[in-house]
Amino acid sequence: MRIRVRYSKLGKIRFSSHRDMARCWERALRRAELPVSITEGFSPRPKVHFGLALSTSHESLGEYLDIDLQEPEGSSVDLGALPERLTPFLPQGVVVEDVSIIERSEMSLQEAVTVCTWLIEVPGVSPEQLEIDVRTMLDATTLPVIRERKGKKVNDDIRSGIIDLRVIGATPSDAPEQGAVLEAELATQPRSVRPAELLAAFDPLRNEGRVRRTHQWIITDGARREPIPAHATARAPAQAGAR
Amino acid sequence: MNDVWPQLEPLLSKVAKPARYIGLEDGARTPHHAADKVAWLLSYPDTYEIGLPNQGLQILYEILNENPHAVAERAYAPWTDLEGLLRDRNIPLFSLDTHRPASAFDLIGFNLSAELTYTNLLNMVDLAGVPVRSAERRPEHPLIVAGGHCTYNPEPIADFLDIVVLGDGEEVITEINEVVRDWKLSGRTDGSRENVLRELSHIVGVYVPSMYEVTYEGADLVAVTPRYSDVPERVEKRTVADLAEFPYPKTQLVPITEVVHDRLNVEVFRGCTRGCRFCQAGMITRPVRERPAEQVRTMVEEGLRRTGYDEVALTSLSTADFSGIEQLVGDIVKSTEDGPPVSVSLPSLRVDAFGVGIATQIQRARRTGLTFAPEAGTWRMRQVINKLIREEDLYSAVEAAYSNGWRRVKLYFLTGLPTETDEDTLGIAELARNCVEIGKAHTKSPSVTASVGGFVPKPFTPFQWFGQNTVEELRRKINLLRDDTRKSHGVQVKWHDPKATLVEGIMSRGDRRVGVVIEEVWRQGGTFQEWNERFDLDLWTSAMAAHGIDPDWYAYRHRTEHEVLPWDHLSAGLHKDFLWQDWRDALAEVGLPDCRWTPCYDCGACTGYSIEHIVASATPPAGGSQGTGQDLGRSVPVTLLGRAPVVVGS
Repeated sequence: MRIRVRYSKLGKIRFSSHRDMARCWERALRRAELPVSITEGFSPRPKVHFGLALSTSHESLGEYLDIDLQEPEGSSVDLGALPERLTPFLPQGVVVEDVSIIERSEMSLQEAVTVCTWLIEVPGVSPEQLEIDVRTMLDATTLPVIRERKGKKVNDDIRSGIIDLRVIGATPSDAPEQGAVLEAELATQPRSVRPAELLAAFDPLRNEGRVRRTHQWIITDGARREPIPAHATARAPAQAGAR
Repeated sequence: MNDVWPQLEPLLSKVAKPARYIGLEDGARTPHHAADKVAWLLSYPDTYEIGLPNQGLQILYEILNENPHAVAERAYAPWTDLEGLLRDRNIPLFSLDTHRPASAFDLIGFNLSAELTYTNLLNMVDLAGVPVRSAERRPEHPLIVAGGHCTYNPEPIADFLDIVVLGDGEEVITEINEVVRDWKLSGRTDGSRENVLRELSHIVGVYVPSMYEVTYEGADLVAVTPRYSDVPERVEKRTVADLAEFPYPKTQLVPITEVVHDRLNVEVFRGCTRGCRFCQAGMITRPVRERPAEQVRTMVEEGLRRTGYDEVALTSLSTADFSGIEQLVGDIVKSTEDGPPVSVSLPSLRVDAFGVGIATQIQRARRTGLTFAPEAGTWRMRQVINKLIREEDLYSAVEAAYSNGWRRVKLYFLTGLPTETDEDTLGIAELARNCVEIGKAHTKSPSVTASVGGFVPKPFTPFQWFGQNTVEELRRKINLLRDDTRKSHGVQVKWHDPKATLVEGIMSRGDRRVGVVIEEVWRQGGTFQEWNERFDLDLWTSAMAAHGIDPDWYAYRHRTEHEVLPWDHLSAGLHKDFLWQDWRDALAEVGLPDCRWTPCYDCGACTGYSIEHIVASATPPAGGSQGTGQDLGRSVPVTLLGRAPVVVGS
């Protein structure tokens, strides 16, 4: 049986890497004594499938991972209680928000998710000015950028990867640097657009302040849904800026 | 107290591996600072990845935080990228637990495990906003204290330290805390710093360098004497009599990001009497004190459950010598059978079939490589260093390894040992080739790696009188080995450039006069010298030239019997005449048995402190008097101590 977990990652812990989080999860699952399936072979590993990597220093309200549980032990696990069972074993700032059973036939998170929504603090610019910049960006038909791939510089067009941009307003009072907040919907496929790449395509280019992923989206037949559909066990959204 | 987090936060997205600066480890305590509590900043003068696993600091962190009169936090050296940003913005060194400025603590304590970290110590003190020289500090500055193996000769850094602690810290830390607390409660008035230091010098195990006068005659050091009659002439190390009273760390820190030795570590005994003459750790940590097997089992079981680690290491200087090790390992393997897979590791293996037997017991899957440390290539050489492994012992170990499914064997060696000839050096290649031959019976392409390190003599060992090999000589020997093994199929020689051995040698046996060199190298930007890519020999040689420090005199010169050594006013409990006799025995190629199972030869470690070895079994682990089952008559086979060669940047 496979379960999908949604968790948030806020505060100081955002400076941990994707690999760091993977190790934290493996330890947490052992500590919670969850009956996780183990791979066969010389170096047995727990069967855990992580979703899209979150860049070091980015926060998130919607991170996911899939866990395979042993049968029949897995079916007696109380899924409703699982968020509160797991959270204490995870680093401060990581909170398990929701758990649900998924079909084994379901596409992996990395394949299924095609769009992410981001909140991006853009220091040193007023919301009004950013509004003008955003309109220019969305009106453009191409947005050429130079990226490094396998050590070589290549020209890319990221316009098709920018689904939508909205200016939300000024940065909150606790932001390290004042500026404007941009909400961006960016594609993850066929090639993902990272927030820093988006800002680099602005003219003049903008620096990235604090960044928070708010949603990941799976689009099937034109309809978008989150990897775990909102349902009864959903908890209130985590408070921002947990430290 | 304002924390520096708001200033630090925007910098962390600009630096490599920012997770090393956030804290949040499982096991970290929530510090409650108060005016009547002494605040300690426990520090390691290297990166977080190297420093966090340090068990000594973790033990003290817990003991202090359990003390109602103390509070402890931790700090590590920021890497150069973050240091640059901190200095640009005048942000001081900070604690990891609450991101509090280092200068807000009453003491900054350093663990010193490697001489090449000395410049990092100066850098961290400076980043804390504290004058690097003890003499320039005022009452408002924290006391700078150091402990760890390097402090058995603290003279090169004596001018930078306020207090030095010798030996086990578990008990003395509380005594220091009380004296410093009185100082804190009295308001740390003008001139009080000198008084608190003098008071601290009365505690056994505490050395206050500024309370001593050093006298030279020409180039020679002739005396280090106390400035006051109430300051001890000789400072004795501290030794915890019973490890069972200190089941620490109880809640080992589990880091968010990857560190070295990233696993549960349980210390099974302290001290070693194998008597390897090159090994400072074995000499200065005597006598042997075993932790009761029952306590080890509990610490392993509870530790695994609490941390979620899937690996536990049973640590000591020679774990296979633990009484009833087979039973212990068997119990641990059995107790973890029902849960998720757990691997048990021993940091060192004994060079015999018994050692491999234990390894076989714990490593049922994934048998890739095994490591042994014969340390020298010929029997003659091994008699000199008192590592009395016969070739047969090694071959039986290697045979056992290959026949049990291991594919790779790694052998640790030292070169530049006293009396070493080219024949001894080339003996390393010969041993490695023979091991490959043994492996061929079991696997198509056996691989044997000989890892070679340059030997640096250390204080309080029989080799403290030995003039070490020059960097050029060490390079010549390594090249000799490389040439000799070029066509030896299956043999790989690995080595570290011995360029740092000169600096290590001067730091390990130098006197107070070399302090200026450390300060100069630090001022020139020479930090993280233990990192191969950052070590800069030119910085050191030009600083030595500028200050008239003769490297030959400090590193390459043999000492004579009656020469005053810079650490003669300190004591690791070992009689100097015992060490001198052992040095004579070394030169005469005579071995010395392990005193756990043979009569006492009065090294001084037990008798001087009225304590004894605490071992659960009066009989050696297996077979003959040294546990290898060999009867060598006069030359008793003393087996493995898994000390890695002295290397840089590993």
